[in-house]
Amino acid sequence: MKVKVLFFASLRESLGRPHEELELPANVNTVGTLREHLRARGGEWASVFAPNRPVRAAVNQDMVQAGAAIKPGDEVAFFPPVTGG
Amino acid sequence: MKVAVQREDFDLGAEVRAISRDAKVGAVASFVGLVRDVRMTLEHYPGMTENAIGKIVEEAARRWQVMECTVIHRYGNLQPNDQIVLVAVASAHRGDAFAACEFIMDYLKTRAPFWKKEHGPAGAAWVEARSSDDEAAERWKREPQ
Repeated sequence: MKVKVLFFASLRESLGRPHEELELPANVNTVGTLREHLRARGGEWASVFAPNRPVRAAVNQDMVQAGAAIKPGDEVAFFPPVTGG
Repeated sequence: MKVAVQREDFDLGAEVRAISRDAKVGAVASFVGLVRDVRMTLEHYPGMTENAIGKIVEEAARRWQVMECTVIHRYGNLQPNDQIVLVAVASAHRGDAFAACEFIMDYLKTRAPFWKKEHGPAGAAWVEARSSDDEAAERWKREPQ
C-alpha cells in the first residue's frame, strides 16, 4: 500500500527531507513496523529510529502508539517529543 | 472557542476583552508564555496542531465550566521576551477558569506538535522535552476534579 510519511524537527533535519511517498510491503501495517522498516535503511535512518530514541508518531494527524494500524492513503508522521508552550 | 496558530504577535488585553463580553462571565484566567534568554525558531505540524489544541480545549470544557476560551500559539522566529503562547479562559467563577487554563497549558506542552530550536552562542540546538512537563500533564489523570 501507498502512504505519505512526514518528518518534523530534528528528524526532518537528520533525514534530509520533510516527507516522502512510500510503497509498503504487506507486513508493514502498523506504526511500529513502519518505524522498523525505515530503521532498516541504515545510516542516519538506523540512528534516528534506534529503539532507544524517543520518537513520537501520528496517523492522520492524531498522536498514536506503536501498535496503531496503517491503511492505504494514510498520512503517517514521525517526530521527537514535543516542546511547545 | 478560538484556536489560532500564527506567526504574528497577539494583544493580551484585546483577547481577554473579546471573551469577557457576556454578562454571565465572572472570571477570566489567562496565561502568557514568553521566550526566555535566547532567540528561537518554532516549528509545528500544520493541520495537526490546530486539531490537537482544539481537542485539548474540548476536554477542558468537559471537565470545567468554560464559557469562552482563546488559545493562540506562535511559530517561526522569536526573540527573547517575545510572547509565544496565550491561553485565556472565561467562566462564571475563578475556580473553573484557573483550573481549565492550567489544564490546557499542561496538555498543550505534551500533546500539541510544536518543536523549539534555540539559537544560542554555541550554535543552534533542538530543545529536549522535559519529563516534568509529562508529569504536569499526568497529574490531571490522578487528581480528583
